[in-house]
Amino acid sequence: MIGYVILSQSGQPINYYIQLMQRIRLLKDKIISKLMLLFTILSVSLVFIIGIGLYYKSIPVLQNSTWGHLLTSSVWKPLKGLFGFYPYIMGTLWVTGIAIIIALPLCVLTSLYIVEYAHSRVRRILMPFVNLLSGIPPVIFGVWGVLFIIPLIQDHIAPHFVEFSTGYSVLAGGIVLAVMIFPLIVSILNEVLRTMPQELKDASLALGATKWETIKKVILRKALPGIIAATVLAISRAFGETIAVLMVCGNNAVVPHSVFDAGYPLPALIANNYGDMMSIPLYDSALMFAALLLFIIILLFNIISRIILSRLERKMAA
Amino acid sequence: MRRRNLEELFFKFLMVLATLIVGGSFFLIVGTIFYKGAPYMTFDMLTKTPGGGFYIGKEGGILNAIIGSMYVAGGATILGLIISIPVAIYLNMYMDGKKFLSNTLRMVFDVLFGIPSIVYGAFGFLIMVYFGLRASLLGGIIAVTLLVIPILVRTLDEVIRTVPLELRDAALSLGSTRWETAKVVLRAIRPGIITAILISFGRAIGDVAAVLFTAGFSDNIPTSLHEPAATLPLAIFFQLGSPIEEVQGRGYASALILTIVVLIITILSELLVKKFYKHKS
Repeated sequence: MIGYVILSQSGQPINYYIQLMQRIRLLKDKIISKLMLLFTILSVSLVFIIGIGLYYKSIPVLQNSTWGHLLTSSVWKPLKGLFGFYPYIMGTLWVTGIAIIIALPLCVLTSLYIVEYAHSRVRRILMPFVNLLSGIPPVIFGVWGVLFIIPLIQDHIAPHFVEFSTGYSVLAGGIVLAVMIFPLIVSILNEVLRTMPQELKDASLALGATKWETIKKVILRKALPGIIAATVLAISRAFGETIAVLMVCGNNAVVPHSVFDAGYPLPALIANNYGDMMSIPLYDSALMFAALLLFIIILLFNIISRIILSRLERKMAA
Repeated sequence: MRRRNLEELFFKFLMVLATLIVGGSFFLIVGTIFYKGAPYMTFDMLTKTPGGGFYIGKEGGILNAIIGSMYVAGGATILGLIISIPVAIYLNMYMDGKKFLSNTLRMVFDVLFGIPSIVYGAFGFLIMVYFGLRASLLGGIIAVTLLVIPILVRTLDEVIRTVPLELRDAALSLGSTRWETAKVVLRAIRPGIITAILISFGRAIGDVAAVLFTAGFSDNIPTSLHEPAATLPLAIFFQLGSPIEEVQGRGYASALILTIVVLIITILSELLVKKFYKHKS
């Protein structure tokens, strides 16, 4: 401050001072902007780094076998270096499939109800609970599955269909997963349905269609891309869910033949065996290959659904 | 005509039923956890570390896991913020006229958000092996940081986008540099930053798969970054697998504690969001 006063008594130096300050400010801006760019590039490249890292670690098991063999073989003998992922892939598919079959109709109906039929009060009451549900940690879903779903299946559902079931089954995994993906599907469908143009509904209603007919023949058709995107996103979410599924699925490495059979999804395989993987050759590589598999599938599904959703958004904005 | 109306009625009934199931599932879960966990809730749960091992010991509580989880989630959120705030600012304020690029980057973060925590855990494990680290608090924090970065970036990004353009224009037209303008914007979104912190913390504290490989487990409270640390969700998982009834009960009580913590965090962040947007409009 003193420097400033002294300088400013003669006209010339204050100019230098201001120029200097300006240069410092611009330099600061430039440096910070480069730093931010660096952070941005680093965090975005995480996608590639993860992919490359996992692939690099999978090379040993891939050299020992082929993609086709790894994906279609059912023989899992780590000590002999034989890794067949088929039962695990099937376990994942069963659990995910059951979850989607349960969750999708429920969520579509719910979203239709709160957007098209119910008073806006219903939405204002329901949505906070849906958000709370999405905040509940996976392990709590797992505990709930063990305490509620397993006994339910064991005592009340399975006896009607099969002779004996412990309850630990792909059905239990599917139900728990379905509840876990409720919030995701409902919130996306809500957004999609709310952007449906009113004129479209009016036109259909004016032609004498009932509200349900309008929904069935106009809204659902128009909202189909959004529903597909939500489903794809939900599938990718369900694919990677680990702990909740692991706790209720039974973790038996055979291909399930009914919903009451135990299954062993890929994420559970990774989570359950990390302890031994360093002591057996190729085992860590095989588990990293499982992670790579999950990564690739989920990456693709995510990209597809995000592209559909952003297209929809742009179309609605236009 | 009657058939059409019946159909209408039938589907309306189905919709109400579906809404009840979706909304009711939350109460069913929280209710089950409360019902099972409450009888085992004691003061010792919160204030003592497990006596005689977490798997077989019948004494003590889970203080080690509570503190461990706080360390992991807190450390990851702080590290994540340091990385995410610059990224969110860069996306919004330094990429004018590069709309396609910035939107593509946003999509990359959405995709990163969708990658499951088990993959982050496996990748965190790779990093640790590469650097010769053992399962430790530090390893857990690194893996969970990777997990929360996309959450933080996207939340902060949404929040910055709610700042009126006039505010930025005013600062810029007064001769501020972009960084000085960014500081003005950051001040305007303080409640939003807190929301982002809460969301990230809530996600970090509940995650198992990322810490499973990386943080390890221990009956003691970690005193340095290189010691293994217990985390709450992992403690629940292990206790539930124990053959001893008391330990299982402690697992239920631990689940109750985690549920309450996460619910409080989620409710706080919801309230903040509401207040923030009310303030805006």
